[in-house]
Amino acid sequence: MSKLGLIIKREFNSKVRNKAFIIMTIAAPFIMVAMVFLIVYLTKANDSKKKTIAVLDQYELLKASPLKDSKTVEYISINNSTVEDAKKQAEEKEYYGLLVIPKHEKIEDIAKNIHFYTKKSPNVMLVESLEEKVEGTLRQLKFKELGIDSEKIKLAKINSTFNLATYTGEKSSKFANSVKVGFGSIAGYLLMMFIMIYGNSVMRSVIEEKTSRIIEIIISSVKPFQLMMGKIIGNALAGLTQFAIWGIMIVLLIFAAAAYFGINMSEIQQPNTDVTQLGKMGDISAKGQEFIKIISELPKLLMGVLFIIYFLGGYLLYSSLYAAIGAAVDNETDSQQFMMPIMFPLMLGVYVGAFSVVNDPHGPVATIFSMIPLTSPIVMLMRVPFGVPAWQIIVSIALLIGTFVFTVWLAAKIYRVGILMYGKKPTYKELFKWLRY
Amino acid sequence: MKYLLKTDNVVKKFGDFTALNGVSINVPINSIFGLLGPNGAGKTTLIRIINQITMPDSGAVYLDGNQLQPSDIQHIGYMPEERGLYKNMKVGEQAIYLARLKGMSRQDARTQLKYWFDKFDIGSWWNKKMEELSKGQAQKIQFIITILHKPKLLIFDEVFSGFDPINANIIRDEILYLRDEGATVIFSTHRMESVEELCDHIALINKSNLILEGNLIDIKKEFKTNTFQVGLVTDDNEKLYQELTEKYAIEKANFKSLNNELKLNIKLDNDDSTELIKHLNSRALINHFVEVIPNASDIFIKAVKQNN
Repeated sequence: MSKLGLIIKREFNSKVRNKAFIIMTIAAPFIMVAMVFLIVYLTKANDSKKKTIAVLDQYELLKASPLKDSKTVEYISINNSTVEDAKKQAEEKEYYGLLVIPKHEKIEDIAKNIHFYTKKSPNVMLVESLEEKVEGTLRQLKFKELGIDSEKIKLAKINSTFNLATYTGEKSSKFANSVKVGFGSIAGYLLMMFIMIYGNSVMRSVIEEKTSRIIEIIISSVKPFQLMMGKIIGNALAGLTQFAIWGIMIVLLIFAAAAYFGINMSEIQQPNTDVTQLGKMGDISAKGQEFIKIISELPKLLMGVLFIIYFLGGYLLYSSLYAAIGAAVDNETDSQQFMMPIMFPLMLGVYVGAFSVVNDPHGPVATIFSMIPLTSPIVMLMRVPFGVPAWQIIVSIALLIGTFVFTVWLAAKIYRVGILMYGKKPTYKELFKWLRY
Repeated sequence: MKYLLKTDNVVKKFGDFTALNGVSINVPINSIFGLLGPNGAGKTTLIRIINQITMPDSGAVYLDGNQLQPSDIQHIGYMPEERGLYKNMKVGEQAIYLARLKGMSRQDARTQLKYWFDKFDIGSWWNKKMEELSKGQAQKIQFIITILHKPKLLIFDEVFSGFDPINANIIRDEILYLRDEGATVIFSTHRMESVEELCDHIALINKSNLILEGNLIDIKKEFKTNTFQVGLVTDDNEKLYQELTEKYAIEKANFKSLNNELKLNIKLDNDDSTELIKHLNSRALINHFVEVIPNASDIFIKAVKQNN
């Protein structure tokens, strides 16, 4: 086996045999899935208790069309009572809330003076749906007062959704855009997570070799560059293994837990369907079909290839910087001062991705940052689903590779000198001097 | 004489600081070569250049007559002064890994490691993690790792630091054994008694320059001052002292003895002491007479002082 192979193998083994790594690999999916289900479960438990809402309708507004009970809410009318008495009564009987519609001459005054009393601050969704209902009834009244036939209004209602398309005929929609943003963001965040976790692990591994003083023995056998690359690749392989295990485990666990708790997957997306059942189910299945259609239209092969290129390029670029920092310092505490220049472009990439790309995937900010090497892996991955001109991809990749080569050379120089330097906390000026050694 | 390793005019600068200023040393094959010098003189830099850890700015290093190649690392075993191993890696696995980095096959490494573990009777350490061993035990493993791939050139930087006297003796015997088996040893140290005991040749580096190099015996001859230490038994020490002061360059000497004799160091112009013995014999009873031979420590201090 070549020396690089030996180093990669050792780095990989020492990483995956580490107890903390094993525990994290196994425990993290359980924790994540458990948290998701805890939230869903709690929301469900919250909703499953039937809420009773008392209605004191002094105007008798709802007499013609009373509020209909639903699965989670039931309504009780309170008649011939003052507001104070109704409040007392509602509190004694532990009703969820009390809706008070006062008596006024003008419909506008009624609308302004409706009160909803609860013990604690109420569920916002529930209030909104109640408001919607009461508003509807009030509107009908107003129509009548103005002498407008509400049936005609219904008939006159026209819906229009624009059909979006590019000049070349590629169809798009707002929904399609958000699906694309979703895909891009997942890729971008995944890369950022990977860089932060495993780049750091490369750095720690370099520092460990320095503090245990084995470094001089190793580099009397291999070139520092080989050692650095071995570390970066070994850690990446360990990371990919961990990510793969996480992915498989999370999917399995979600299905297992869903089956066990009997939670319907569609409910996770729509946890609150209490007062108004607006026939959204039909909507969801239509969205689902559109979703599949959008995915089938995405440039999947290109996305896959570019994901691999930017993932590798971005990781190698950043992890070589992490390795150089590890070599420059004696312990992790000292590394903080050099972390800024790494974290800054990484964060910038994520923020540009989150704001500029979402607003305008082909705007100048998104375009420029998808070319600058330190931010390009994240930003370009977010832009790719929207279709990026070939020349931009080529320029971006060329710059990335060029910078990668330069950074590795730079990092290797700092690494070569730094691993044998002990005792003093280096400054940027000193690092610059090392480049001349 | 055949030389295993030569450095030719090696220069190394770190920024504005010159660490080595044209150093040329010749290490005879099958010898123990002491590389000496005060702290910061440049010894470690020279050793690192021989190990190809750093590259010289100019000059060259020759191993067995050929300029040093990257593949030559398999012929060199290096035990640095600052040493350590992976703490959470098992002893056997680690030793085999490091031997394979030196180009050994897994099988050879395993066989060799077994041999040394049996020799030192430490077979039970094989599956222990480094962090479970004491410092002395770890040093022993380190020594085995250094010699595991049977290098023809061994470089030890302060090899005895960290060993108790018993283990230091074991290591010293192993170094002598390896030399007898054909290895050449470069030995960098501050401990002059071990230089005296082990080294055939020495080189002295001071302030980035080589100031002294050669066979230890030749160097001692060069540094001797034709001084003889004598012990004279007389009735009147003071009288004899006055008398001898007029004839020779003398000073009071200090050594342990049983009698209250007159103890002197007498310096002659050459190493012919016949005349001196004759004269002293006629004046007093000689119960101590020895030529003062400079030890490594004296030579070290003298050479460095002269150079400064």
